[in-house]
Amino acid sequence: MDVVLLARIQFGLTIGFHYVFPPLTIGLAWMIFLYNTRYQENDNPVFLQLARFWTRIFAISFVVGVATGITMEFQFGTNWAGYSRFVGDIFGAPLAAEGVFAFFLESSFLGILLYGRKKVSPRMYWFSSLMVALGATMSAFWIVVANSWQQTPAGYKVATEMVNGVPVAKAVLTNFWEAVFNPSTLPRYFHVITAALCVGVFFILGTSAWQILKGRHKDFAMRSMRSVIVPTFGVVLLTMFVGHHHGFQVSQTQPAKLAAFEGLWETQTHAPMMLFGLPDQKNEKNDFAITIPGMVSLFIGGKFDTEVQGLKAFAPEDRPPVAASFWSFHLMFYIGMWMALVSFVGVVLWLMKKLGEHKAYLWAAALTVPLPFLANEFGWIAAEVGRQPWVVYGELRTADAISASVPGGQVLASIIMFSLIYSLLFGLWIYLLKRQFHKGPEPLEGEVA
Amino acid sequence: MEALQVAWFLILGILVVGYSILDGFDLGVGFWHLFAKKKNERSAFIHSIEPFWDGNEVWLLTAGGALFAAFPPVYATVFSGLYLAMMLVLLGLIFRAVAIEYRNKVDSPAWIRAWDFAFSLGSILPSILYGVAIGNLLRGLELNAIGDYTGGFFALLNPFALLCGLVGLAMFALHGALYLSMRLDGDIAADARRWAAKTWWILLVLLVAAVGWGGAAYLREMKAVPLGLAGLAVAELFVTRLFFAKGKKTKAFLSSSFGIALVMLAVAAALFPNMVPASNDPNLSLTVFNSSSSQLTLTAMLVIALIGMPLVLGYTWFIHHIFKDKVAVPEK
Repeated sequence: MDVVLLARIQFGLTIGFHYVFPPLTIGLAWMIFLYNTRYQENDNPVFLQLARFWTRIFAISFVVGVATGITMEFQFGTNWAGYSRFVGDIFGAPLAAEGVFAFFLESSFLGILLYGRKKVSPRMYWFSSLMVALGATMSAFWIVVANSWQQTPAGYKVATEMVNGVPVAKAVLTNFWEAVFNPSTLPRYFHVITAALCVGVFFILGTSAWQILKGRHKDFAMRSMRSVIVPTFGVVLLTMFVGHHHGFQVSQTQPAKLAAFEGLWETQTHAPMMLFGLPDQKNEKNDFAITIPGMVSLFIGGKFDTEVQGLKAFAPEDRPPVAASFWSFHLMFYIGMWMALVSFVGVVLWLMKKLGEHKAYLWAAALTVPLPFLANEFGWIAAEVGRQPWVVYGELRTADAISASVPGGQVLASIIMFSLIYSLLFGLWIYLLKRQFHKGPEPLEGEVA
Repeated sequence: MEALQVAWFLILGILVVGYSILDGFDLGVGFWHLFAKKKNERSAFIHSIEPFWDGNEVWLLTAGGALFAAFPPVYATVFSGLYLAMMLVLLGLIFRAVAIEYRNKVDSPAWIRAWDFAFSLGSILPSILYGVAIGNLLRGLELNAIGDYTGGFFALLNPFALLCGLVGLAMFALHGALYLSMRLDGDIAADARRWAAKTWWILLVLLVAAVGWGGAAYLREMKAVPLGLAGLAVAELFVTRLFFAKGKKTKAFLSSSFGIALVMLAVAAALFPNMVPASNDPNLSLTVFNSSSSQLTLTAMLVIALIGMPLVLGYTWFIHHIFKDKVAVPEK
């Protein structure tokens, strides 16, 4: 089998699985901080109960993120030695900075958050929950810096050196801040963070709705739902707003990717938005297309006569896989719309003081739980598949980036190993979550369990 | 530029030393985990490392990131060359992390038993493999012109590397036993002291053998410095024994930490200026001077390190200060 394909499958598998957990824990960490803050403010034991229950859920999830994250740090070297040699001068620094500035902060204060409530003052405990949320959010920053540099490289030049008589090309840093704040860093970062918050708040909303439907720990589930409904609506709106801005940036910096997202073949003004369609890469057309005229031009340029580059403006070997880009982007988009609807209806019901009463709404919220996870995955797939055939956009092709010294058989063996481990971990995670939801929160003071 | 390159070699050394000392004790606790006969004693083992293990592992992640940033060709060569070994390390680290968090979540004997095994094996595997990796670096790897490893997996399992693997296991086992005897009370602390006393002899024999073999066969540039440091490491082992025999548990643990640092420094000195010596042709070796990132990257990273490392040491001290009380063995 093709080693490049195997290496890509392995990378996709390990990151795709890892990426289930950090968005959830980033979202939960900020909600836990909110609960701890409210408890600090008014000593209401309800907030302590909320903080403690959701911290338990956080702990079960966080560890899987850590365990699968270790793989990430070494995977560039194990499977992508060619890539590591090419980009090391730039790409390693954010990974190291993530460790120094974010992971240490997060992991140290996490120890206090999980095991130290009785060992520190309430003030210190509150501070620890802030540091955990901040650490998680900062770690996302550095990893987004690294990823964004692959998408829109900046602050570097390519130099070719002779190594033992063999010419080796590599990217050399020329400006640290330009590389860190490359054109896609901030739009991507805000989109990634707001999308992560979505996962956390919809998780609380939907699992609590499920608890009410099943008649388990109803009072607590109701309190959880009420606590999260306004943040849910707020972060969905924010995600869409920054997502739009991120999309505009893609149209400016990676036009081939944007054309693939939209399934747009011809360069044109009044570029249509395709809602549904099956892109046919070979014949350069879309089948069964349903389109709204002019909408892509309008979104990107604010007016219909904005010209948008189509895929035919790029040589066939420089085009990303169109169907995969189009569908992952659109599935993300549609899920986002659905999330906006669920959160909007939730706010309306909350204002009418009927949040927990409509079974149909509780079902909708409960069934929405997996969707933000999927939207995050699709968004990531869209970003990475849309970057193909480049591993560093415009500079290094994916096929030239792999580890030449690792035989395909070893890569295949590790794919099988990781698939088994990850299936097992996923099953255990779900099992433990289920147990925690059945067990419910610790009783309030004076309340009988 | 050369000073900067050497500085980064030293910073990496500090990160590896920090990792070995800190994760060393919780890997060592994992080694002894199955030796504890009672379920509640094993719970106490987990409790003794619960707040720390994640932070300890961050030293490894940071060392990995720093190696990537400062010496990309070394990062690429080592991790692609030691591919299967690295996958096994990851396997171990994944399972032990999840075991620490999940073991006490379900009160079923089979569940707890399974995680006990996962935690212990997940600790033993990396402890050995780190040593094997270091042994192979000291021997040198077979490299081609662009620095890819060409030797194959089984060439890595040579006698010297395996000896180094056992040194790693014994070193962390002693370190973990000293940690347990410091953090626990009662019968189980007495057990830990007995384990430490026995392991000490094993480590002494293994370490002397490895130093002798490595010193005779695999020293390249510097000879006196690495041998001197290794000699100090052996001497430090006797200091540890002395504190231990006098019942000074904290000092014995700190002395063991210092001993681990000396072993790692001896390894670094034995390699320098190489990072990956090529066993087939010295001209192909990856060195501190031919494999570093650019001056600008090393400078930017140095600023990051100078801001970050004091913070890291602060957190590490703080968390150990908060959880300094002895760990009680639960009732059941």
